[in-house]
Amino acid sequence: MKVTQISCFIENRPGRLHAACEALASRRINIHTLSLADTAEFGILRLIVAEPDAGKAALDAAGYVTRKTEVLAVEVPDDAGGLASVLAKADTAQLNIEYMYAFSAEVGARAVVIMRFSEPDRAVEALQRAGVNLVAPIALLAKA
Amino acid sequence: MRESWNDQGQGFHPVSAPDYLPTVQLRDLQLRRLKAVVTRAYDNVAPFRERMAERELTPAVIETLADIAKLPFSLKTDLRDNYPFGLFASPMSEIVRLHASSGTTGKPIVVAYTQEDLQVWASVMLRTFASAGVHRGDIVQNAYGYGLFTGGLGAHYGLEAIGATVVPTSGGNTDRQIMLMRDFGVTGICCTPSYFIHLIERAGELGVDLRELPLRVGIFGAEPWSEGMRECIEHGSGIKAFDIYGLSEIIGPGVGSECHEQAGLHIFEDHFYPEIIDPETCQVLPDGEEGELVLTTLSKRAMPMIRYRTRDITHIITEPCSCGRTVRRIARVARRSDDMFIIRGVNVFPSQVETALLAVEGILPHYRIVLTRDHGLDQMGVEVEVSPEVFSDQVSVMEALHKRLSHSIERITGIRAGVRLVEPHSIPRSEGKAKRVWDERTA
Repeated sequence: MKVTQISCFIENRPGRLHAACEALASRRINIHTLSLADTAEFGILRLIVAEPDAGKAALDAAGYVTRKTEVLAVEVPDDAGGLASVLAKADTAQLNIEYMYAFSAEVGARAVVIMRFSEPDRAVEALQRAGVNLVAPIALLAKA
Repeated sequence: MRESWNDQGQGFHPVSAPDYLPTVQLRDLQLRRLKAVVTRAYDNVAPFRERMAERELTPAVIETLADIAKLPFSLKTDLRDNYPFGLFASPMSEIVRLHASSGTTGKPIVVAYTQEDLQVWASVMLRTFASAGVHRGDIVQNAYGYGLFTGGLGAHYGLEAIGATVVPTSGGNTDRQIMLMRDFGVTGICCTPSYFIHLIERAGELGVDLRELPLRVGIFGAEPWSEGMRECIEHGSGIKAFDIYGLSEIIGPGVGSECHEQAGLHIFEDHFYPEIIDPETCQVLPDGEEGELVLTTLSKRAMPMIRYRTRDITHIITEPCSCGRTVRRIARVARRSDDMFIIRGVNVFPSQVETALLAVEGILPHYRIVLTRDHGLDQMGVEVEVSPEVFSDQVSVMEALHKRLSHSIERITGIRAGVRLVEPHSIPRSEGKAKRVWDERTA
C-alpha cells in the first residue's frame, strides 16, 4: 500500500527545476503530483510519477542526485475536519509525519494527501487498523 | 600481495638494488656524487657560481654530507629568471630532451636532460613501478599527459624499461579511457588521483564497474592527495593505490615512491638527496620533524639542482621500512606551502578543508574553495557536491548536513566558511592536476 516517491536535489539557480521536469518530459513520464521544499540555497523536489524507476533513471541520467522513498497516499474525507480526523488517528498510533502534501486531483469523491512517515510500514498497519483508506499506486495511475 | 616484478619469480628487480644499499655505502656514494655535482654546477652554471662567490664558497667546502647545509638554496624563481636555458650545465649538443611547466604565472620553467639523465630517469621510474608490484605482463594505461609535462613520458619510459605493455592514452577523453581499460584488460593505471576519481564516477555512469575489471594497481601522483582519497579510490575501484613523488625541476616523477607497506615514500637517495628545513628560518631540521622538503640532484648532468626548495611540506621517516629498503622515506605530501592561502590573516591549506569534509561525510565529496572579497572583507566559500550517499528527501536532514559541514570546516581551519551544497557535476573536473581553489579576490 506504499507509493514510491522520487526526491531530487535542486540548486537554487534559474532553470534547474525546468531542466528536471524536461528530463521527465523527454521520456514521456507523467507527473501525478509534486511538492517543492525550498530553503535559501537549495530545494528538494518530491515527485509521484507514473513509472518511478524510469523517472529516477531519467533524472539520474540528466545528472541529478535522486532518491526513492516510500510514502503513503492517504484518503482524506473532503469536508471540514477531514484531514484533522486522519491526523488524530496518526497521533493516536504515535506516528511521526516528516512532511505531507496534497495530491493534485481528487481520487473518487475524496481528497488524497501524500504523507511521509518516519516508519512507513508501521504507518500502513496503524492507519488501516484505524479505518483510514490508503490509495494503491495503481489507483493513482488510473486517476491521473 | 607479494612484491614481485618479473616472470622469473624474483623478489626484487635488479635495477632496484640501490634501494637496499647498506647505509654506510649509500652515504659514501652520496658524498662522492654530491662533490661531483656541486663541482659540475660551479664550473658550468654561472648563476650558481655567482651565488657561491657571494658567500665566498667553492666546491671544496663539501667535505662531509652535512656540509651541504652551507650551500645556497635554489628556488623556482631561479628557473624563471634564467629562462629558457640559463641553468643548463651541458652544451646544447648533449641535451636530448626539454620539458616545460604549464606556466600559470608568466613564463614556463624549462628543464633539460642528457642521454645519461634519461637513463637515470627511466631507472628511477622502473624502481617506482617495481615497488608498486608492476611487472612484465602487466598492461598499464598511462593517462598522465604526454608532451611538455614530465608525467607522461617519465612514466612511459619506466614502464617500457620494466617490460610492461604501455597504453599511452595521455590525459583526457574519459569515455575512451574507460573503453580501452575494459577492452584491453588493463591491469595498471597512471594518472593524477583526482582524475582517477573522475574515471570511477564516469565509469559508473557508463555502467562499467571498475571492480570487475582486471585493473589491480594505480600509480598516482603530480598533486597532493589524502588517505581519504586513497580509501575512496581503493574502495571504488578495487585496486591498490600507490603514491609517487616527483617534480620537473628535479627530474619529473621518480624522486620517490611508496612500496607495498604504503607507509611513506622511499626517496631514491642515490640520485636525490633530501633535507627538511624550517621554511621560515631555512635551518635544516633533524629527521622526523616536519618542514619543507629540499632536494639536491646527485647525478643530474644537464641541469643540476642544488638544494632546491620544493615548497612541499613533509618529514623524513627514519625507522627502517619492513619492505627491506634502506633508502629513507618521506611522509606523504598532503600540502604545499604554495597551496596555502591566507584569509583574514589565517593560513589555510586546501587539505584542511578536505579533512573537514571527510570527517562529516566519510568519503570525500567533490568540492571547491572560492575566495571572494566583499566590501574589503575576505570570504571563503566552499561548494560541496551532494552525493547520493548523503542526499535525503528531508529538508531537516540536508540542513543538518550543511550545518555539520560548516562546523567541521570552522573547527579545523578556524575560518567560518559559506558552505553551499551544489548538484553533482556542477564543479568542473580537471584532466590533470585538480584545481581546488578559485581565488576571485580583487584588490
